[in-house]
Amino acid sequence: MGYLFIVLSAVLVNNVVFVRILGMCPFMGTSKKLETAIGMGLATTFVLTLGSGASYLIDHYLLVPFDLTYLRALAFIVVIAAIVQLTELIIHKVSPLLYQVLGIYLPLITTNCAVLGIPLLSAELSYDLLESLLFGFGSSVGFTFALILFAGLRERMDGADVPLALRGVPIIMMTAGFMSLAFMGFAGLDRFHH
Amino acid sequence: MNLKIFTPRGGVHPDSHKTESSETPIRHVPMPPRLIIPLIQGSQGSARTIVTVGDKVLKGQCIGEAEGADGTSIHAPTSGTVTEIGRYPMAHPSGLSSQSIVIEPDGENHWITYEPLDPTTANRDELILRIQASGIVGMGGAVFPSHLKARSKINTLVINGAECEPWMTGDDRLMRERAANIVSGAAVLAHLTGAQQTLIGIEDNKPEAIAATRTAVDDMEPVARECLGTGKMTVIVVPTRYPTGERKQLIHVLTGIEIPPSDRVTKFGIQCFNVATAHAVCRALLHGEPMVSRIVTVTGNVKRPGNYETPLGMPIADLLAFCGVKPNTTHVLMGGPMMGFTLPNLDAPVTKGCNCLIAASKELFPPPPSEQPCIRCGECVDACPVNLQPFELYWASRAKNFDGAKYHRLFDCMECGCCAYVCPAHIPLVDYFRYASSEIRARDEEQKAADQARMRFEFRSSRLEREKAEKSARLAARATETRTKSAADAALIAAAAERVNEQAQIEPSLQDNAAPLYDQQT
Amino acid sequence: MLAAILIMTGIALVLGATLGYAAVYFKVEGNPLAEQIDAILPQTQCAQCGYPGCKPYAEAIAKGETEINLCTPGGDDNTRKLAELLGREFKPRGALVEKLKTVALIDEQTCIGCTLCIQACPVDAIIGSSKQMHTVVSRYCTGCELCLPPCPVDCISMVEEPRTPQNWRWKYPVTGLRVVA
Repeated sequence: MGYLFIVLSAVLVNNVVFVRILGMCPFMGTSKKLETAIGMGLATTFVLTLGSGASYLIDHYLLVPFDLTYLRALAFIVVIAAIVQLTELIIHKVSPLLYQVLGIYLPLITTNCAVLGIPLLSAELSYDLLESLLFGFGSSVGFTFALILFAGLRERMDGADVPLALRGVPIIMMTAGFMSLAFMGFAGLDRFHH
Repeated sequence: MNLKIFTPRGGVHPDSHKTESSETPIRHVPMPPRLIIPLIQGSQGSARTIVTVGDKVLKGQCIGEAEGADGTSIHAPTSGTVTEIGRYPMAHPSGLSSQSIVIEPDGENHWITYEPLDPTTANRDELILRIQASGIVGMGGAVFPSHLKARSKINTLVINGAECEPWMTGDDRLMRERAANIVSGAAVLAHLTGAQQTLIGIEDNKPEAIAATRTAVDDMEPVARECLGTGKMTVIVVPTRYPTGERKQLIHVLTGIEIPPSDRVTKFGIQCFNVATAHAVCRALLHGEPMVSRIVTVTGNVKRPGNYETPLGMPIADLLAFCGVKPNTTHVLMGGPMMGFTLPNLDAPVTKGCNCLIAASKELFPPPPSEQPCIRCGECVDACPVNLQPFELYWASRAKNFDGAKYHRLFDCMECGCCAYVCPAHIPLVDYFRYASSEIRARDEEQKAADQARMRFEFRSSRLEREKAEKSARLAARATETRTKSAADAALIAAAAERVNEQAQIEPSLQDNAAPLYDQQT
Repeated sequence: MLAAILIMTGIALVLGATLGYAAVYFKVEGNPLAEQIDAILPQTQCAQCGYPGCKPYAEAIAKGETEINLCTPGGDDNTRKLAELLGREFKPRGALVEKLKTVALIDEQTCIGCTLCIQACPVDAIIGSSKQMHTVVSRYCTGCELCLPPCPVDCISMVEEPRTPQNWRWKYPVTGLRVVA
């Protein structure tokens, strides 16, 4: 039951985009079209799950035993960047089709703060390996979910009668704000936890 | 006999405005001072000029020969002289000009010698060729070459007398006055297509036309009866509803078969002709008269509204002047108010597709109220006869999201205008759809041109590379040749030097100084 | 302190070695990106970007050697598509007037049959042979203007493509402003 709550809370209650306000850069950048949003969501899910696991291993077996937890941010960045690069190389070789879908977004993930933030958080919360993996997976599903919802809205917004002063970035920021407010409603799910 | 009638969804019931023009008989118009006949009458099928400036022509004489299998011929609408072959404005929303033949009538109106064909004895190919050579095209407004349609083999022939567009009454008058010709033409078409069942669909707001057509079917001419053979011909009254006159809609009403927008009607063993086309087929085959005139409804803001038998090529301005167009006319619509368009230039001539001209004034067609935002109320969805979601199409078209428009099946839209008619926000939906579809078509063309250019560029690059490789191979071959040749020469020289050396050894005293010189050369 | 340096160096070395090995082991031949870029370019083969044709320009973009806004016939529309594909910043080309598509036309009276334009045409759209009159197959002409400079007698001119009902487009509907109060 605890595992389910980790996933559910990461997806909805503590949604990485709308509640934690992490990963805003790719969220704004790749939510213009539904297809790009799906591509970016998949790529992030892939990397974030792997990154959470790898970060846990580095943290648990290297940083903690040597009392180097103050180097977490640095070490995690290196590991995530390497994983992204490695994933890109492998996918490019093994599955050209998947590369077509994810290819352009993979390098972008290196600079996605959600991908660094989630391993840091799970280290903070001292999750074990499985919990870290689930937390990473749940958060990235939440990210994908937010991205797809928002892309759907933005496709509609393209054709909408937006007042001139609000066209472009302003209306997008406002919409993101409203969605963020809406996601706060999921905090009510917490009731069932206790 | 009344068959079961089916009701497709959607459609609207606009004010019919038919009585303005339907109560006077078809009238003839005086010959204008000149006739302008475009070589291309519709979107398909063109003709090749076979007359030159100065030629005397007779009424009905072929002046443009059908070009290719899809082309249809054009004929002189009266006797006179060809005065010019040049570019004149077309009756098209773009106002573009096209190659046309100008004829100055001599006032005699001399016909060519009629050469009727007996459909009961002539063979099928000959009859179809005659339809093409008589210049017969779909007269409902689509201007699709009729010989292409007559070629299909089908079970059910639908004759379209619905005439659902408001204001238009040309088919109504034609059925009232010349029903016998229509029935004969329909019988000939049934004979050509092998149809066992011929259904003539007429809307219930034309009782006189229904009665006249029923009488004509009962007292069919002997030749028509023979053409029909064992086949049956039935007049069916259909409820008045716009756009029942669209062929797939009418087929649905009459047979219950709903034909997908992407499929051809012949796939379901059905073919559809307009009553005016059937009339033209009868005139061409049974009387030997090619298509030189058509019935045009002139109505709206004119003193003498009605239906006029107009020679093709008559400038629209002349026709309107004859009907007494009132001075407060703001613009002129060609086609009906739902699917027609505003003529950009009244010098354009009457063509085979010109079924109706409506002079518009502020009182009859007040300028539309300004567009308001779409709130997706869904009125347009209820009105759409082809099950589209016009508001989705509108959003996509307006945002120039052409992929989205295609996804919502923009190309299934027949631009009937029902959605724009019912829209409470007065959004000119069809204008957006026309814009989006012409834009998508143009972009597809550009893409095709780019692909072709890429192919040609790549072919040229590979050709140049091959030529370069061939040239260097040729040069290399020549170099090797020269090298082997010089090597052979060198061997000869060496051999000669050897001989000299040998000689020198035999006679050392004589050749002492010369020998080293030959040694160097080897 | 030493432990920190050693561990970070160790991580860096291990990851670096893995990546280096992977780069060699998973090397992919060919660049599918270049083809995607080529599909966006307008294929006029006009060489106004400084590359001998659209394909070479696409390959240069794919390698990241050049800017994405050098294509004149494609215009800003094209640059925007490339920016979207490559995730790069959109840069306008500056004040360029959108030109209508033109095609080359040879004045057959003046042509001396030197074949120089035939050699210049990137899509083989000019036919003719030595000392014979040349002509442009307008269906294949991309309007790149590469045939203009080599002509010794200046007999080639660019003419606008004629408008026909087939290539005519409906305008974007413009509606009046709503009167408020």
